[in-house]
Amino acid sequence: MIGIVDYGMGNVGSVESMINFLGYHKTKIVKSPEELDLVDKIILPGVGSFDNGMDNIIRSGLRLELYHQVLEKRKPVLGICLGMQLLMQKSEEGDLPGLGFIKGECKKFNFSDTKLKVPHMGWNEAKPIKSDLCKKDSRFYFVHSYYVECQNKEDIMLETNYGIKFTSGVSKDNIFGVQFHPEKSHKYGMKLIENFINL
Amino acid sequence: MLRPRIMPCLLLKDGSLVKTVNFNNPSYVGDAVNAIKIFNGKEVDELVLIDISKKDIPFDTIRKITRECFMPLCYGGSVRTIEDMKKLFQLGIEKIIVNTLLFENPQIIEKAVKLFGSQSIVASVDVKKNFWGKHKIYRHSNKKTLDLSPIEYIKSLEELGVGEILLYSVDKDGTWEGMDIDIIKNICKNTHLPVISCGGVGTTKDIQDSIIGGSSGVALGSMCVYSKKNMGVLIRFPKQNEIEEIIRNYESM
Repeated sequence: MIGIVDYGMGNVGSVESMINFLGYHKTKIVKSPEELDLVDKIILPGVGSFDNGMDNIIRSGLRLELYHQVLEKRKPVLGICLGMQLLMQKSEEGDLPGLGFIKGECKKFNFSDTKLKVPHMGWNEAKPIKSDLCKKDSRFYFVHSYYVECQNKEDIMLETNYGIKFTSGVSKDNIFGVQFHPEKSHKYGMKLIENFINL
Repeated sequence: MLRPRIMPCLLLKDGSLVKTVNFNNPSYVGDAVNAIKIFNGKEVDELVLIDISKKDIPFDTIRKITRECFMPLCYGGSVRTIEDMKKLFQLGIEKIIVNTLLFENPQIIEKAVKLFGSQSIVASVDVKKNFWGKHKIYRHSNKKTLDLSPIEYIKSLEELGVGEILLYSVDKDGTWEGMDIDIIKNICKNTHLPVISCGGVGTTKDIQDSIIGGSSGVALGSMCVYSKKNMGVLIRFPKQNEIEEIIRNYESM
């Protein structure tokens, strides 16, 4: 059973539709700590601001349960967009600490060149540094103003160029995160989600 | 590097797909859900869907679309409240396009930006040349133009916090005669917001010109739903090699 965490940050429907479209129908929208215990794999999607996201996770009681399920029971987790940023320790966008599953922080894009618009929005290429979920250079849909900076280089799974080279995917043991939206990235995203389901 | 986006811009009226000329005379071109599934199969970068019925938001149609289409979807038309927006995001819409609301209730836009993030709110800006050939912002709801210059208007939208501009040329809509490059260049040069330009594309060269002029995205109307000017309905999109050529030419600039 794949659990898609609904903590009030953006739509969970597209992720579920894509998984179902892949022919995998055992999905569950997770809203409470008890429900998190029932699933084998966890997807943490999310659109919105860092503090708002953390605040919702804390208030729904999901934070402690995520620690338990991910760090102790070692269930695979995939953070998407804001969900990936929440895996980190902190963000320039907010004051609350993140989940801290992966060491590092989120920083804001800061370009003097007006051609480089922020948010970084649109299709860009991600290059696999590690091939956990994505085996070859692929096109994905991005929408974000903050990017992840890992403390440990070995946690970098994917890299993308936008003014600078930044980390567009992270992985460490059973923990995965992608900055882009696989659920909105046609077959490239579908492949990545499929690889996560088949882990 | 970030690729310029090329996307269909589809109009919905009373549940059907239509196409206008200069924002008038919507003619029937087919079933919306089927057409959008075709574009999904063609792996288009993004899709703009605007309902011009001026009635309720067609939630059922949108649900049918989001269940089977895995690309970024922008929706505009009859969005009035934060509740409307919430419902659309829950259905899987990425970005909401607003136009009339920018004039009638800018406070809602500010609130929406705070709640959902600027990246999810797109301001649709309609431009039209006046009798003296000067570009003016056109307000469709009362068919009048603004006194504010287009640049001043765009600045006010930046202050409101929207994340993107959909720049639509009323004069060029449905004409196939090329885009209004002057206004595209002028606006792109003067804003830090990404601009999707729309109206007038008849060839792939028009798309390229618009991208070189500064557009982050180009939306195609007639070219996606007709085989040629004044010819029959055909759901189509530039081929992958044509798009790659546009992008190569842009990157080598």
